Amino acid sequence: MTTNIKSRGQIWRASASNATKIREPFGDRVLLTGIYLLLGVITLTVLYPLIYIFSSSISSPDAVLAGRVWLFPVEISLRAYKSIFQSTQLMTGYYNSIVYTVVGTFINIAFTVLMAFPLSQRNMPGRSILMIMMMITVFFSGGLIPTYLLVKNLHMLDTRWALWLPGAFSVFQVIIARTFFQSSIPTELQEASQIDGCRDIRYLWSIVLPLSKPILAVMTLMYAVGHWNAYFDALIYLRSENLFPLQYVLRNMLILNAADPEMLANTAQSLRNKGFEEVLKYALIVVACVPVLIMYPFVQKHFVKGVMIGSLKG
Amino acid sequence: MAQTWIKMRRSWELYLLVLLPVLYLIIFKYIPMFGVIIAFKDFNVVKGILGSPWVGFKHFENLFQSPNFSVLIKNTLLISAYSLLAGFPIPILLALALNEIRTGFFKRSVQMITYAPHFISTVVMVSIIILMLSPHVGVVERIFTFFGLPTTNFMGEPGLFKSIYVWSGVWQEMGYASIIYIAALAGVDPSLYEAARMDGASRLKKILHIDLPSLIPITITMLILSLGNLMAVGFEKIFLMQNPLNLSTSEVISTYVYKVGLLGANFSFSSAVGLFNSVINLVLLIAVNAIARRVSENSLW
Repeated sequence: MTTNIKSRGQIWRASASNATKIREPFGDRVLLTGIYLLLGVITLTVLYPLIYIFSSSISSPDAVLAGRVWLFPVEISLRAYKSIFQSTQLMTGYYNSIVYTVVGTFINIAFTVLMAFPLSQRNMPGRSILMIMMMITVFFSGGLIPTYLLVKNLHMLDTRWALWLPGAFSVFQVIIARTFFQSSIPTELQEASQIDGCRDIRYLWSIVLPLSKPILAVMTLMYAVGHWNAYFDALIYLRSENLFPLQYVLRNMLILNAADPEMLANTAQSLRNKGFEEVLKYALIVVACVPVLIMYPFVQKHFVKGVMIGSLKG
Repeated sequence: MAQTWIKMRRSWELYLLVLLPVLYLIIFKYIPMFGVIIAFKDFNVVKGILGSPWVGFKHFENLFQSPNFSVLIKNTLLISAYSLLAGFPIPILLALALNEIRTGFFKRSVQMITYAPHFISTVVMVSIIILMLSPHVGVVERIFTFFGLPTTNFMGEPGLFKSIYVWSGVWQEMGYASIIYIAALAGVDPSLYEAARMDGASRLKKILHIDLPSLIPITITMLILSLGNLMAVGFEKIFLMQNPLNLSTSEVISTYVYKVGLLGANFSFSSAVGLFNSVINLVLLIAVNAIARRVSENSLW
């Protein structure tokens, strides 16, 4: 009997594929081939620079300088990576970036939830006033200089707080969270818990937050990537070298060409040439991207979900 | 009235929760908004924002008369318009193309790879651009030489700055920007495709008559937002890509505000420039939204 069903299924599938083959007209096949080709070309264009940078970072300085690296690494050498880990500047930057990202993201999530949850409660008087108050900040802002003067007057210049507090939440994320609280958590839960004598804070903590793990994950990732990649706030608010985040250190090394002497100190004199500095730059790029790259495959779907929830508006 | 009062008392815990974010909004958003008045004053660090003397529109007049003004406006507008023309349609095309192929290894790889550059930081992105375009050792120059094309110091050529900025932006953002259109296409009613198939519509016809029309609402929303930001060219990437050789085409309003204001400590003049920029943005946003509401039913508000 089972074999019978199976074979019937096969027949059905075979005839279905035959049918599509017959029905798919010539023009459609040409179009589809064109689409596959186009997507292939786009993907290769995106992929090539990434592979090229990784290959250059593990190639020998001579090969890079002579332009012998096209796609795959030539004369594999990991010396650049070794010298990166000898740089105190970079390691301090790495440590600082981790601190900014962890604490900053925690502050972001706390403020976003604190703002979004009351906004999602339909029976709270003044909800629309709060919403308007928040939306105004999207369209009007004091701009760079008044914000800088404020941070200065609060004595937060050259402290870690300058990177944590001025952007405590993003309006966009609050709207996403509010939409999620409103649409994905059944109101029956709130009614039932209210009958049992559960007040708002307890309801948020014990029912809403555990049910909002997917959206909290998306938010954490968005905020964390933002903190990890930011350099502008450090550029305007920080002066002390021991507070600089990784991106700021990278800017000095990669764009302003100020390599840390410590990185070049232990390499042989013959290698202290342009070639080694070039390889070093490629390796720096790879090292800076590692945390995001490790995370990326796991979170790619979540990011997509985050954008989709955000696009619902409402 | 009494009922509202009872409701408010019942919601006291919600007000307690929202207290911290509201304080944040007041301190970090509304106080700087008020601080914009220094654009109409001669700001003096000792006297503070309130104590500094009023000077009316002096800084705005200086701005409009300065020889930099027309260059700044021209660069800002050209870079924005170029980014919009190149960067806006490509994600839509990518989404339409991805929508045509079956879910499988190929589709997932294309998506995963094209989304990835979005997560590269601005500093690293600009470093990649500089390294790949660097004279003699950069891979782009070698590829150009290989095909017998003329090469130059790409980053030092003022005429090339805008193209480098825009196309590297397309490279970085096209995949991620397409997500929102892919989401919209996923929501199309399948019965429309079935009906089209029954009527013998070709793939191209289905794209033109089902996919494209269903993308119109989200496209208009995105277009309004981008047009409203026409004067707000991102500071971060341009600032990092600037060098003394390309400054004539790469100086935009936001980088000018930073240089004059923070590096030159010319707070009042710089605030005036920033304010001028945000007022234009707001006017653009309102105007585009009004036009969109008139010609179609889609608008932001």
